[in-house]
Amino acid sequence: MSQTEQLLFKNRVPGETVFIDRYRATGGYESLRKAFTQMSPQELRDLVKASGLRGRGGAGFPTGVKWSFFPADAPGPKYLVCNCDEMEPGTYKDGELLMADPHQLIEGMIVSAYALNTDVGYIFIRFAYEKQAEYLRRAVADAREAGFLGKNILGSGFDFELHVHGSAGRYILGEETALLNGLEGKRPNPRLKPPFPAVRGLFGRPTTVNNVETLANIPHIIRGGAEWFRDLALTEGGSGTKLYGLSGHLNRTECFELPVGIPLREIVENYGGGVLGGKKFKACLPGGASTPYLTAAHMDVALDYDTLAEVGSRFGTAGVTVFDENTCMVAATLNLIRFFARESCGWCTPCRDGLTMVRWLLETIEAGKGTREHLEMLRNQHDNISGNSFCALAEGAMGPVIGLLTHFEQEIVDHIEQGCCPFRV
Amino acid sequence: MANQQQTLQSGLLSEEQIADFLHHARDIDHPRELIIDILRAIQINHGWVPDDGVELTASILGLTPLEVEEVATFYDKIFRQPVGRFPIHICDSICCWTRGGEGLADYLKKKLGVDFGQTTEDGLFTLLPSCCLGACGRSPAVMIHQSIYGPLTQEKADELIDQLRQEAGA
Repeated sequence: MSQTEQLLFKNRVPGETVFIDRYRATGGYESLRKAFTQMSPQELRDLVKASGLRGRGGAGFPTGVKWSFFPADAPGPKYLVCNCDEMEPGTYKDGELLMADPHQLIEGMIVSAYALNTDVGYIFIRFAYEKQAEYLRRAVADAREAGFLGKNILGSGFDFELHVHGSAGRYILGEETALLNGLEGKRPNPRLKPPFPAVRGLFGRPTTVNNVETLANIPHIIRGGAEWFRDLALTEGGSGTKLYGLSGHLNRTECFELPVGIPLREIVENYGGGVLGGKKFKACLPGGASTPYLTAAHMDVALDYDTLAEVGSRFGTAGVTVFDENTCMVAATLNLIRFFARESCGWCTPCRDGLTMVRWLLETIEAGKGTREHLEMLRNQHDNISGNSFCALAEGAMGPVIGLLTHFEQEIVDHIEQGCCPFRV
Repeated sequence: MANQQQTLQSGLLSEEQIADFLHHARDIDHPRELIIDILRAIQINHGWVPDDGVELTASILGLTPLEVEEVATFYDKIFRQPVGRFPIHICDSICCWTRGGEGLADYLKKKLGVDFGQTTEDGLFTLLPSCCLGACGRSPAVMIHQSIYGPLTQEKADELIDQLRQEAGA
């Protein structure tokens, strides 16, 4: 177990939160100073593109490319929004980051706002993270007091205001256009894309929405450079470190900062301390509730965007949830689909009715009342839903269902043939 | 509908809070973005958001009650019905499920003598299923108001309930 260079968790002390004095004593706001005095917005955007940083909120879209769509030079109000609606089951890394060292996000947002030429920013934060919201409000006030927020920051002539906006529950708010409706005080159904937020976003104006961990990485990239950041990853073509939130049947369910590209085996055996109770590993969600399962056959797969796509899964948020050998994968998938069906906003039929149908099918099979026809219907539902819904929620919801059909079809068949759940006898 | 004066005097927000929100709403370009802030403030004061609270929010922001209602009813952490003094949101998502979340929910139902969505007779506790609370490393977890507790065993749940009963002087 080699020691990983710590960026985001550099100042982390369990049970403590770093505020402005300690943050500055360890080099905090030096990247902001460097950016404002030595770099043009275009140079900053080029740096982020060259760093290979990909969105840490789940979709993994290259941040520099997303930024390149943004009309930074267009006149009038433009917005930078931080998505801290971290609600995908198994994902708690942004919450941990903000509990440890909230100024990283503030500094990341100020330099990103400078790069994108946006004058107002919002941090949209989920209801359950009230402690983090409180720390962020304090951090924003401290940053303003220190002259890093407000008018004419560090004499650059650049103005930036930052607001913390608390939400009130519901997973769909993590979808960026639903989030924008929520922020505007409207009913938060997703919006049709295009136009994308970069063209018509918050209050109809150009907007960039980035995840907490994504934005918090930017000051580190400014400090260390694009090449250094790329070299942190273990995979060819990967870049940076990642916050891995461990959960489920592991001995240690904590959040670690480790290189992008670390093999699953190291997560399970070293950092997770092995499977709980000495049992065998059966499967895991590699990056949150919407990512197709990995199995024991995938232990040596590198956890990165491209390497996981190659084996039919996704890196997602790198929230790794492990299931031991006694777990019924039909029951686990039913739990996941219940979550997605309940959190569907109801706007489009494939999601509202399709996920309800999938839930019913899995309930029927889990209860031992399923037939071969139900299995066939489950496959059909996948075809009906994936690619046909208004936003990515339903597509993500089908992730574990696809994993179930791909790797654990025999378990479905066992339920059908035995007329009961084989794991409950 | 109550007239505006009555709505403002409903006692759901203090005079100072109303003045602050009115001031803030006048100060910003898009006052509607304050809907959740106002609803949450009403809920902190009153425990839940009655019809008067929807009308009060609408009146502060210059919206129709319907525009507020369609937002209020979307969110599961805004209560449009009375709840107990301590609403217990128990996570039923996947990580808590692997660590005995279902058993904990059954235990709390039995201990409190309520099903999901019901309030104990003494008016202290409402048991509500919730999606992931972001406490996946500390599962199984519950959230009461905006504090998160976990990992919870039956013994720790007993202690927590006792502590809240004491806090309520019951």
